[in-house]
Amino acid sequence: MIQYIPYNIPFIAVALLVGIALYILIFKRNMVKIVMGVAILGAAVNLFLVALGYRAGGVAPIYTVSPQGPMVLPVPQALTLTSIVIAVSIIALMLTMVMHTYRHTKDVDAKKSRTMKG
Amino acid sequence: MEFLTVHSPALIIALPLLAAFVIPLLGRAGATIRDTFNVAILGFTAFLVAVLAIDVYTGGTRVYTFGATVPEMAIPQGYMVPVRIMFEVDAISIFMALATTVVTIAAFIYSLQFLKGETGQERFYSLLMLLFVGMLGLELTGDMFNMFVFLEILSIAGAGLASYRVNMADAVEGGFKYIVISAVSALMVLFAIGILYAQYNLLSIAALAHNMQYNTLDMIALGLLAIAFVMKLAGVPLHMWAPDTYAVAPAGITPMIYTSSAASMYALYRVTFTLYGGAFDTGAIGWVVIILGVLSMFIGVMMAIHQTDIKRLMAYHAISQSGYMLLGVGVGLAVLTDPVALASYGRDAMNGGIFHIINNALYKGMLFLTAEAIFFRIGTRDLNRMGGLGHKMKWTAAFFIIGALAISGIPPFNGFASKLLIYESVFRFNPLLSVIAMFVSLVTLASFTKVFYSAFTGAEMPSLGQVREVPRSMLIGMGVLAACIIFFSIFPGLVVDAIVAPATDALIDQASYINGVMGAAP
Amino acid sequence: MLSKIVRTISDQLILFILVFGFYIITHGHLTPGGGFQGGAVIASGVVMMIVAFGSNQIKKSLRERHLAVVESSGALIFIGMAFAGLGTTFFYNFLVGTPVFGIIPPTGPNPGNLWTGGVIPLMNLGVGLKVIAGLSAVVLAMALFSSGEEVEE
Repeated sequence: MIQYIPYNIPFIAVALLVGIALYILIFKRNMVKIVMGVAILGAAVNLFLVALGYRAGGVAPIYTVSPQGPMVLPVPQALTLTSIVIAVSIIALMLTMVMHTYRHTKDVDAKKSRTMKG
Repeated sequence: MEFLTVHSPALIIALPLLAAFVIPLLGRAGATIRDTFNVAILGFTAFLVAVLAIDVYTGGTRVYTFGATVPEMAIPQGYMVPVRIMFEVDAISIFMALATTVVTIAAFIYSLQFLKGETGQERFYSLLMLLFVGMLGLELTGDMFNMFVFLEILSIAGAGLASYRVNMADAVEGGFKYIVISAVSALMVLFAIGILYAQYNLLSIAALAHNMQYNTLDMIALGLLAIAFVMKLAGVPLHMWAPDTYAVAPAGITPMIYTSSAASMYALYRVTFTLYGGAFDTGAIGWVVIILGVLSMFIGVMMAIHQTDIKRLMAYHAISQSGYMLLGVGVGLAVLTDPVALASYGRDAMNGGIFHIINNALYKGMLFLTAEAIFFRIGTRDLNRMGGLGHKMKWTAAFFIIGALAISGIPPFNGFASKLLIYESVFRFNPLLSVIAMFVSLVTLASFTKVFYSAFTGAEMPSLGQVREVPRSMLIGMGVLAACIIFFSIFPGLVVDAIVAPATDALIDQASYINGVMGAAP
Repeated sequence: MLSKIVRTISDQLILFILVFGFYIITHGHLTPGGGFQGGAVIASGVVMMIVAFGSNQIKKSLRERHLAVVESSGALIFIGMAFAGLGTTFFYNFLVGTPVFGIIPPTGPNPGNLWTGGVIPLMNLGVGLKVIAGLSAVVLAMALFSSGEEVEE
């Protein structure tokens, strides 16, 4: 059992990052911190996708240097790239909204900007 | 024509995408050229959706593989599994695509004169085309990761459009809540896709369904997918974003964001019925969906009673009506493995739930458009400050009456037809659920009577003396939806037999979906 | 606007960043990289110029109108390549076998031939243009917004 720990370190890191991100999203009220929480969640899922493609003894899956031995899976790397692009757009959009909210209310507290209740 | 039919799944996505990229360039040439171009693209896309619908209803599931030598060849020579991105259009996909197209055309025509005088109009229409592409792509695709990408496209476009009026503080707040919830739910979907890929090395829905062994990791993936899609479709208890976002979206965007919630509900059905299908005991999952439906119905309508903001009230009613759809299809899911019960009342319950999806998109969309029309004329959404608008805004009041009667389930409107299907079949499953559904219907009628009384009847308030009827394009937009409602009300049986029953069959019959892709092996 | 040393170094450094970014974009089908990655590198070069010179100075050279035109043309290159294969299927790689980017790459380790790949290098170029223009416009708009002005149409 103890010899499986080194292979599982990326997945333990994913679990830690997801836990930190969910804690931030549930308990923090500052809008900039909520944006950071979404960014950390995105990073955790990207790490999970890249880590699940690893094959022991494999090398980078580049076509022009393809060796005779095993390569790691290339498809999760393509999925991760798409996810990074989408995360960049989402974070840019959220930061713009935070800037507009600050311009209106001079405060980035998500509880104080609740103009709509009920 | 053969060319159009074969390539229509790709062209349906590609033409509005091309329009979204061309609009900023075309907007330099003037507003009329841009509007004509948009109308032409939307009209041609609607024509292609109709062509594809006729082809799918007569010929069965249609598969389109991107980048292959022949569009139907999902599995190339010498392979055992499908390798490219493919669109698999069956009856339920094209049903949702029809609903999306009708609502988008109405919303677009409505926005033509709503936005007069606003800045940044090219970006509005660009984002509207992207939202349209996102919804259609989510409904037509047969690949899990493609579903994730289109889900993100429609979330980003929807959030950008919801916070379009940046000079109002609550618009930006509504958009922020929408994008945070959408980002978290989409990342949960990606996590589940990662788990499924790690086990089976496949991304195509049909191939995953073919190889699905239902072990612990698959149960975790199902739980993540279900929670993520319930967050997106604003089902109670994860519905907190919906009233804020639906209230502040401008022009015709609220019906489109509401239809994108319906598309997320379609994605939930696609995952539970087709991806996991008959591999597990659907009774437990069916009861979970039923409980979610009943909670949404009840809490939605109870929170709607005391609202004073007209669009927030309608947003809570939208949440409540989503509960009806979840209830109907949940009953079908609960009896999926029991052939006797399925034949006697399961199919009718699913017919009612699915018919309710398109009915709700039509009349809820029209009610949101009338509320925005009132906001356009008097600048406020507060019910306490409205009164006597029916004297001047006759057409808007007429459309509101049609929508309010339809949503409450009053005969002869189409709301009554779908709700009757749900009441009858759910009563045979469990009588208590049917009683709750009828009670919610009554409270809906009471709530809309209150809105009608305070907004449209009564004496005119002195501050609203100069109110006139809304511009003509907005009336045409509402009229398109009203015409569809009246058509569905006069011929409900025809609509159910023609487009709803094939959709139910496509959901229940997992084998034909798998066969559409895997059976194409050379 | 930062000090004269920073401005001089940024002026020299932006050329290397542009060359490196375009190298990543054009060799996307041979080495790790591609449209988005190269575009992000060049956009970070633009961010360096905005930080060094101040957004008001950069606003005079990088007008938002021109950036919108570049962005739209990059996107149109991408989707035009996709439509051009519609004779067979959407997104079909119709340039394989033709003299334009159509050489079949050999298997096994090899130095890599730039003229392989078919439609992929052209799509990389389109995506790279779009990402450069898009990310630069986003950062420029945020910088102008927080200094108190609005971007004109």
